Amino acid sequence: MLMKADARQSPESASIQKATRDIYLPPERRQIAGGGTPHISAKDFSVYYGEFEAVKKVSADIFSKYVTAIIGPSGCGKSTFLRAINRMNDLIPSCHTSGSLLFGGEDIYGKLTDEVLLRKKVGMVFQKPNPFPKSIFDNIAYGPRLHGVNDKKKLMEIVERSLRKAAIWDEVCDRLDKNALGLSGGQQQRLCVARTLAVEPDVLLLDEPTSALDPKATAKIEDLIQELRGSYTIMIVTHNMQQASRVSDYTMFFYEGVMVEYAATAHLFTNPKDSMTEDYITGRFS
Amino acid sequence: MNLGTRKILDRSFTAVGIGSIVLMALALMVVVVPIVSNGVGAMFFTGTVEHRKMLQSEFKRGEPRELAGEVAAAERYRARVYEMLAGFEAEMERMKPEQKAEYEEKYSPVRKTLQELLGPLPGDPAPMLTRFKYGQTRWEKAEERLHDLLYETKWDTSNPDVMSKEYFVSQATGFEGTSLAQLFPYVEKNIRKILLPKFTIYWGFLTDSSVDSHFFGGIWPEIQGTFFLAIGAMLFAFPLGVIAAIYFTEYAKPGFFNSMLRSANSTLAGVPSIVFGMFGLAFFINTLKVSESKSVIAGALTLAIMILPTIIRAAEEAILAVPKTYREASLGLGSTKWNTIATVILPAALPGILTGGVISLGRAAGETAPIIFTAAVSVGSAIGLADVFSSPTPALSWNIYNLASEHEAAAQIRHVQYGMVLALVSIVLLLNLSAIVLRARISKKLKG
Repeated sequence: MLMKADARQSPESASIQKATRDIYLPPERRQIAGGGTPHISAKDFSVYYGEFEAVKKVSADIFSKYVTAIIGPSGCGKSTFLRAINRMNDLIPSCHTSGSLLFGGEDIYGKLTDEVLLRKKVGMVFQKPNPFPKSIFDNIAYGPRLHGVNDKKKLMEIVERSLRKAAIWDEVCDRLDKNALGLSGGQQQRLCVARTLAVEPDVLLLDEPTSALDPKATAKIEDLIQELRGSYTIMIVTHNMQQASRVSDYTMFFYEGVMVEYAATAHLFTNPKDSMTEDYITGRFS
Repeated sequence: MNLGTRKILDRSFTAVGIGSIVLMALALMVVVVPIVSNGVGAMFFTGTVEHRKMLQSEFKRGEPRELAGEVAAAERYRARVYEMLAGFEAEMERMKPEQKAEYEEKYSPVRKTLQELLGPLPGDPAPMLTRFKYGQTRWEKAEERLHDLLYETKWDTSNPDVMSKEYFVSQATGFEGTSLAQLFPYVEKNIRKILLPKFTIYWGFLTDSSVDSHFFGGIWPEIQGTFFLAIGAMLFAFPLGVIAAIYFTEYAKPGFFNSMLRSANSTLAGVPSIVFGMFGLAFFINTLKVSESKSVIAGALTLAIMILPTIIRAAEEAILAVPKTYREASLGLGSTKWNTIATVILPAALPGILTGGVISLGRAAGETAPIIFTAAVSVGSAIGLADVFSSPTPALSWNIYNLASEHEAAAQIRHVQYGMVLALVSIVLLLNLSAIVLRARISKKLKG
């Protein structure tokens, strides 16, 4: 998809054994049809800002259709890792990487990779709601239009479907032509999710999507993540450990650029292997 | 610092701030009030029958029959003046030679002033210049001429220590005992009947061409030339400036070359405009030969170079002010860089870019120096759109300078100069006002 077939590399072996993974998944979350294969694989993957190594030799598989949370104190490299997946870090001139990061078996940082196609497949929702200063309709239709959909009827269908998926259709269906900046913060964030879904990505990256929202809006976003689970591979960076345990199937714990622990969420929160993880989730440092 | 001192400092700062604003407003008043009050005089004034005659024969404006009636009415009172002149001339013929020479010397300025006041006198040859075909068209000028007719101006130079003083001597006393003596009280008494002053609104000042180098008529060629030059400059500078700003903000890699380019741009913004004028002559006309000599296109290009740095800077700042999150959102949806610029960044930056553009347009409209050598002529008719590549044009800014400094009869047509100043100031103000409105409307649309 992202590049020519001959440039592909074979996926590296998963860092977590499939058997282990299944054991620690709670029963109601265990099965997702067609899920559980490594979708994104990192092998000794590092991200540098100039000389500074922000993400240090991370090796991990992110499993398809499941929700993976990344937790860790501020500045631990969790956002940097997330943004590396759809190459948002390209915007920072001094940023470069080493090691390999594969998406569906293809090297994200390969020379032949088209980052525009990648970002279409790997959608992102940011910390602060960032709708365009356009109408609600135009916000959602922005992505599809970019990718060549211009038929008004088809656009309308996509807009409705995306808004319904993001559970905001009922709130905005009668004012699609109004400016999106007139919505509340929580609505704006769900609109941003809908906008990302309209491009029909495989992966959804959520970079602290609720840190700018009040508890009520946060609950709605969390419900939304539950709805979308099973349809998309979702990665969510969060400061809020309760949130991570509520919405995710797997959790990664980052500390100072190193991925300290990665396991099924239920397991990591009840039975952390590493003492640092334990200290963090029990609130001994933050 | 304790609370009392802080309060005193706060208050004194407020006072200084208000004071400076009031001072600025006063300075503005001092500039604007005379411009408006004098400039309005070019369109609203007390016009004489001579003005209506001029309009009728130069512009075919006004009611011919009504005018004929007015002229006949004025003629009845003028006939008596002409009679007196003829009588005195005959009287002079009968005088002794030395006496005649003495009176002739005194008589010729009287006759000349009457010519200026009433137009050509009977027996005068038909004048070549249009300005001599009519008497005083404006009442306030007529009153000045009347004063010249009634009083001789003399200078008191008796005391060499102080500046010589002006004083007036009645002309009538000089002609005492002759038949001309009664002319002065007659003209003074009947001047209104001779010239028929009437409040006049002359919109043609804005839409007419000038007649006899601005003696009569309007300033349309100048207004049109100003628009051609300013809009022409924008057509070149605006797209170029926005493209350059996009390059600087989105594509240029930070480094020596880029910072050189930026400082070159800042330097260009500070170059005196006369230098741009010389550059325009040397480069566009002499080197590139965009036209044989001065032309609108050469002037527009020169102005474009002059306003380019301002447009680049305004656009750059507007683009940089677009929140980074818009960029991320668009790129995150799989948009290309160019698409992001075209569909998200430029629309969001539009208010700032347009404001910079319109302010530059105002500056291009008002600049004189760059067009002196490249586009402006002091007198000319309005040119067609097809002529912009070959012919020069009059323009408000240049003609204001010309009327102030180089026109041979500048003092007699001050009202035209003020009218031009008012027109130019209004155009620039209108442009800036439209920039503000435009900005407000787009910002409102963006904010929702």
